[in-house]
Amino acid sequence: MARTISYREAINEALTQEMERDSSVIVMGEDNAGGAGGSGEQDAWGGVLGVTKGLYHKFPGRVLDTPISESAFIGAAIGAATRGQRPVAELMFIDFMGVCFDQIFNQAAKFRYMFGGKAVTPVVIRTMYGAGLNAAAQHSQSLYPLFTHIPGLKVVLPSNAYEAKGLMTQAVRDDDPVIFCEHKALYDTTADVPEDSYTIPFGEANVVRDGEDVTIVALGRMVHVAEEAAGELATSGISADVLDLRTTSPLDDETILESVASTGRLVVVDESNPRCNVATDVSALVAREAFSSLRAPIEMVTAPHTPVPFSDALEPLYIPDAQRVVNAVKTVMGGQNA
Amino acid sequence: MNEAIKTVVMPKWGLSMSSGKITDWLAGVGDEVADGDELADIDTDKIAGTLESADAGILRAIVAKAGEDVPVGATIALIAPAEVAEDEIEQAAEQAREEIESGAVEEVTGPMTGAVEVGGRTISYATLGTGEETVVLVHGYGGDKNSWLFVQEPLSATRTVHALDLPGHGESTKDVGDGSLETLATTVRGFLDALGIERAHLVGHSLGGAVVTAVAATEPARVASLTLVAPAGFGEQVNAEYLRGFAAATSRRELKPHLTQLFADPQQVTRQLADDLMKFKRLDGVDQVLNTLLGTLLDGDRPGIDAVPELTRVRAPLAVVWGRADRVLPPDNAEQLAARTAVSYIDGAGHMVHMEQPNAVVRAVESVAGTPEG
Repeated sequence: MARTISYREAINEALTQEMERDSSVIVMGEDNAGGAGGSGEQDAWGGVLGVTKGLYHKFPGRVLDTPISESAFIGAAIGAATRGQRPVAELMFIDFMGVCFDQIFNQAAKFRYMFGGKAVTPVVIRTMYGAGLNAAAQHSQSLYPLFTHIPGLKVVLPSNAYEAKGLMTQAVRDDDPVIFCEHKALYDTTADVPEDSYTIPFGEANVVRDGEDVTIVALGRMVHVAEEAAGELATSGISADVLDLRTTSPLDDETILESVASTGRLVVVDESNPRCNVATDVSALVAREAFSSLRAPIEMVTAPHTPVPFSDALEPLYIPDAQRVVNAVKTVMGGQNA
Repeated sequence: MNEAIKTVVMPKWGLSMSSGKITDWLAGVGDEVADGDELADIDTDKIAGTLESADAGILRAIVAKAGEDVPVGATIALIAPAEVAEDEIEQAAEQAREEIESGAVEEVTGPMTGAVEVGGRTISYATLGTGEETVVLVHGYGGDKNSWLFVQEPLSATRTVHALDLPGHGESTKDVGDGSLETLATTVRGFLDALGIERAHLVGHSLGGAVVTAVAATEPARVASLTLVAPAGFGEQVNAEYLRGFAAATSRRELKPHLTQLFADPQQVTRQLADDLMKFKRLDGVDQVLNTLLGTLLDGDRPGIDAVPELTRVRAPLAVVWGRADRVLPPDNAEQLAARTAVSYIDGAGHMVHMEQPNAVVRAVESVAGTPEG
């Protein structure tokens, strides 16, 4: 039965159901339970924003609070994955990934390849990304392009609660390392989510809105921005095909190209910084594979090439919003309505 | 309000419908309308349908214009005999208009959902209406209780109408055991037991048609009438490619071309319909369910079910409805049934007659179930 639950609850439910289904699934990270080593309440936290709350008592011994040492516990999770566990490690903010790049880029991502396909590393690294909560430059970045760049990693960005549950279930069952990027501004958003377990396959973009005039490719939180823009564009007679990439690696080239082939125009909306990001990647793909379909130059709507500002006057200007997407669409439409 | 004034309200077609958009009025103010006449085309987020009149008289006022999106239960038009004074009509229309604008529309109760344990599985169902007589609707392969959205409502005016989810479908347990017709028929019998239904009018579509035929054959005393909508188990033709394609599709893009096979008008395949089906197909266990049932439905490229022997044991009054444009189980299959009863061939309907031409299905059910006083 589908009921309305939040993005946070959807991820928690996926983890709960996978832990029930498979005893090799474990959860670890900073304050994933909370209270360890102190005299206070156990499971006081459930992770910094409460996503894993409740798992500690349901699955004794399978929710591990770790020291504040990302390189150590991400390394431990990857090691456990190579030895038959299915760890889901929470690395609080994607901004902190830098301290464990070796474990992720050079170890986890390489094992399958370097051991001739004989090694599997079924680890999921959950992490929070994105601006919008005034968390300043070191806690607000959208660094998923870095992981998208590395062969051997799968990179997932659920855009709503339904997507989050199905993609998390798939991530846990997947035999490759998965970087699971949760936007911190989406945790309280809700959607209809089935109670039963389900999986959403990786590498399959979701067409969230059908349109004829322009293709808007978006991901994560930007899907909502794109949808808002598409709604506004519809009132001025412009119909937009809106694609939610769901995963940046693997990338669903086919759906992007098919859409651009029919609309002839492309706007990519990406919250990350503009150099070597998903917007440039998708734009390059379309420029190379669908150049003859294009009726206008491609537009990219991204954050600027600056750190995320802390100032609450500047942060909203940094994050791509619906108005910027509308303007970009009007640019590719060349002032015409079709 | 003068009792002679009858209100036409926005119907609730299915569990999730909260509002509907009138795309076109098919009758105009001043037109004489009879019970069953088409009044308006209405778009829901799932599918477009045609609202039929439940009353006879003159369409005196249209409250909600074409293009308007109004909540379920809102009065959208008024029907009254000619002798009702114009100012009374105006007053009633004004009141209805105010209700729409102020959002004071009384919420219409949609189907009540429930679940019962049958043979170790949870069977989910939706019930509408409180009439003495009971109707049970059984969907087909890959369908669910919501596929009856346009049929359940009109039938429920004077009857209690249950639409169930077969094992493996909708919100029922995603397990069909051996997937045999007998297993499914046993479940439907168990469902009647679990709800304490002694006697019911059974309606089945496609695979569900074969299932209710098997139930009617084994429980003659409990089946008051039988309505088969493009039933499986009769004739020699089946679109095996559709069935296999439906089972195998793993994305909306793969699924959509198969779904267009289901309808006479491919426009009926909305993104919502395809999305909902993909959401179903992604659930754990559904893949196995669909593949197991494929083994029941197909014998190579031929039909795998033969319900003819069951039909010979059916004593209940029988109605059969078939879409002329059915590309899944072509209407030629009805020949064996034509020997038993007059088959209603429906124009403008493919395999999903109950979604494309629901009123034809309602009329077929009523032709054998009668119309109890409401």
